[in-house]
Amino acid sequence: MTVEADVVVVGGGLHGCSAALHLARRGRRVVLLERRHIGRHSSGINAGGVRTMGRHPAEIGLSLAGLELWRGIADLVGDDCGFHAAGQVRVAETEAELAKMAARAAMVRGLGFTHEEVIDRAELRRLVPAIAPHCVGALIVRDDGAADPYRTTAAFGRRAAALGVDIREGEGLVALVRGGDAWTVVGQQGRYRAPVVVNAAGAWAADVAAMVGEAVDLRVRASMMMVTERVPRFLDPVIGSVGRKLSFKQTDQGTVVIGGGQQGKADRLAETTRIDFRNLARSAEAATALFPAMRGVRLVRSWCGIEAETSDQIPIIGWSRVAPGLIHSFGYSGHGFQLGPIVGSVVADLATRGSTNLPVDGLSIARFARAA
Amino acid sequence: MLRKLPDPAGGVVTVIVEGRPCEVGPNDTAAAAALLAGIGHTRTSPVTGEPRAPFCMMGVCHECLMVIDGVPSRQACLVTVREGMRIDRQVGPRALQPAGADAHV
Amino acid sequence: MSESFDLVVVGAGPAGLAAATEAAGLGLSAVVIDEQPEPGGQIYRAVERAARGVAGDALGEDYRHGAGVVAAFRASGAVYRPGLQVWQVEQEGEVLASDGESTTSFVGKRVLIAVGAMERPVPIPGWTLPGVMGVGAAQVMLKASGIVPAGDTWVAGSGPLPLLYLAQVAAAGGRIAGYIDTTPPGNRWTAAAHLGGALRNFPYVRKGLALRAHLKGSGIPVEAADAVAATGDGKVERVRWRVGGQWKEAPCDLLLLHEGVVPNAHVTMAVGCAHDWDDRQRCFRPHLDAWGHTDIGPIMVAGDCGGIEGARAAEVRGRLAALATAAGVGRITAEERDRRAQPLRRELGRHLPIRAFLDTLFAPRRDLLSPADDVVVCRCEAITAKKVRDAVAIGAVGPNQTKAFIRSGMGPCQGRLCGLTVTEVIAEATGKTPGEVGFFRIRPPLKPLTIGELATVTPAG
Repeated sequence: MTVEADVVVVGGGLHGCSAALHLARRGRRVVLLERRHIGRHSSGINAGGVRTMGRHPAEIGLSLAGLELWRGIADLVGDDCGFHAAGQVRVAETEAELAKMAARAAMVRGLGFTHEEVIDRAELRRLVPAIAPHCVGALIVRDDGAADPYRTTAAFGRRAAALGVDIREGEGLVALVRGGDAWTVVGQQGRYRAPVVVNAAGAWAADVAAMVGEAVDLRVRASMMMVTERVPRFLDPVIGSVGRKLSFKQTDQGTVVIGGGQQGKADRLAETTRIDFRNLARSAEAATALFPAMRGVRLVRSWCGIEAETSDQIPIIGWSRVAPGLIHSFGYSGHGFQLGPIVGSVVADLATRGSTNLPVDGLSIARFARAA
Repeated sequence: MLRKLPDPAGGVVTVIVEGRPCEVGPNDTAAAAALLAGIGHTRTSPVTGEPRAPFCMMGVCHECLMVIDGVPSRQACLVTVREGMRIDRQVGPRALQPAGADAHV
Repeated sequence: MSESFDLVVVGAGPAGLAAATEAAGLGLSAVVIDEQPEPGGQIYRAVERAARGVAGDALGEDYRHGAGVVAAFRASGAVYRPGLQVWQVEQEGEVLASDGESTTSFVGKRVLIAVGAMERPVPIPGWTLPGVMGVGAAQVMLKASGIVPAGDTWVAGSGPLPLLYLAQVAAAGGRIAGYIDTTPPGNRWTAAAHLGGALRNFPYVRKGLALRAHLKGSGIPVEAADAVAATGDGKVERVRWRVGGQWKEAPCDLLLLHEGVVPNAHVTMAVGCAHDWDDRQRCFRPHLDAWGHTDIGPIMVAGDCGGIEGARAAEVRGRLAALATAAGVGRITAEERDRRAQPLRRELGRHLPIRAFLDTLFAPRRDLLSPADDVVVCRCEAITAKKVRDAVAIGAVGPNQTKAFIRSGMGPCQGRLCGLTVTEVIAEATGKTPGEVGFFRIRPPLKPLTIGELATVTPAG
């Protein structure tokens, strides 16, 4: 028996769940297929940064619109998702790094945005008392912050299900067949039929695109994270670095989560990852350089997810170039969590009206055709 | 309640448990010293504040985390005593830095 | 800093020591890395000192056997690196170990995981109170420090270890207020089916009967019970036990619990080796061949961390693994390996048939595996069984989701004290088998290390 729907979403990460949620809010019948379970891969275990700062110009408008949704996240999904807007701070250790940040802030202002601001040494120490004394200043967005990634993804999934989305965990995608004006979606367990399919398959999105004959240049990434034992509260904002790969924050529990993009090893087909401690050591080095007090704090656990990255490091959002009725939403490596709530709305716009007023120009897969 | 069997050949080491001198054997662990000193709990849970004390004595359970010579979060059951060693309770979440360290915080 | 060996052994208990001794005897380079300061593991803890000291006599002949195992190792030429905590084992055969300040890399053509067993967690009401400990913990103090109970000490639980410990304490001049035997009475009928195997290992049966007889003659009160709890304000003050639906209680300042031992499978799980659920021992064990090979090339296992078989069998398993290593690196032929293995396999036959009998006789009671709602399951994060059940009710499909939902298994012990219980609770709540539910995905490092130390780990080559 074939299950009829308006939209089939492939992938139960944050982006898939968010698209399903927004579609259900607009009264659409949605089936969501997830090969494992909701939030199994990078959606559930990323750094949880809610960051508009430092984004590619093509993403800034979308990211700022997304921050509005984050401010009302509890209304959207019935859970505050652990979101705290305590700021994102990108620390400069030299005058040259600070000058680079000043240039960045000026560039962003030139585009008409005012959210990024440069702060001096005194303001940095006021906001981050534990920062190493040699740091000279920072770029900051004061109302950025962080949330709990697994809790967020689970909340989106739960709310989507409550609004009637048919979430099928343990259901992998086998084939996509276009017949007439609809897709037949062949799963491992069942068959589904819908005029629109959303490809939100994360690190496996290129496989989905390949099913319709569309080549996508996706690289697999396995950014490592680690967490320490609990320490007394010493830090509110999320800390990044101009010159080092680092993201650094203290959670509500008091533990410190350290990431920043050092790479582990991913086996995409086996869906497994391994930590590369010699790379992770560089994250530890970066953390202790900015926070010397961390030297004696104990690392309890480390992990990495499997993510996809495009050749220009910004996501692919929008209609397929070759297959009618297929919407792509993937390639977020390292910075897709903050975009999750808003891109779901973009996808819902596309699926219901064919187009969106939200700023996604420059994120379409068509940009690669032009380059080729 | 525990007591140490007399061991004439064993030798004696004096450690400072929660500020009070305590005589133990040279091969004893800091956790054993804390238990012999009778201080009851050796840490409080950073989650609930409840008192906790060594449970497994073989490095598995991490209930014996203590501040040893000023260094927090040592597994006391894996630390052999030394003359003059300071063995203190760890109260709540461990301090960010060793006591007396050159603090940036 | 990196050191290379034919065989890198993790753990200086009987399996690891025997493996390194055998390997060195075969002309292999071998190193034993261990977190304790003295060789012997927990079973032969401090055996070099204790065999000479006051506690030596009290600990008995099985313990003193360890002195020979350690002496053979000391004489073997194998390298011994005590006081190091192994925090990472790579699939390719690298072992990273910390002395608390800096990390050393050991690279082995084979890596033998011989990290032994741990006491099965005993989640009962009040088990987080100071003054509640494992019987194994108390026995460690007796072996290593000559420490014995002196006040209102109660022992509660099941299995050979409490009986052995009671006899050792009595011989050493300690005092035990009473023993609460929680062995389910029905177990003896199911165990009877395995009596044949037990009788094939009659010396074990004889020792067990002698311990029982000793207990009977000791004057220590023995109470049968189907539930135990500790109560007190800030420390244990009373022990309570239930018999025939009625609760009894007694003053208690030290409560020692024991419900058997389970493999310390964290290392093999973290490496990524395949594991099977062992329904009889209610635990996960790595999937091994007859030599101790896991499904991952250089990684081997010997001793109780591969499934509970006891100290004497562990020694044999260690030697078999050393033979396989020697053949694997080309030191001896496969025929030579098999020839040398024959007497070892016969010796295993003197230690293994009793196991089915012991496992069923001392099978833990149901409410211990999946405790009542208000009992703390995860000590580190103070998570009760009810919280785990609630997490399942709102959609946690396995242990890894409960971690994300409620933080069970996220504390410094990294799930060692709650993992099996979380699996059993989820299995019961979902109607799946524990094998289907699985265990926490073990995230490295195996032991916490400081951020400062990690920062000193330098790129290879």
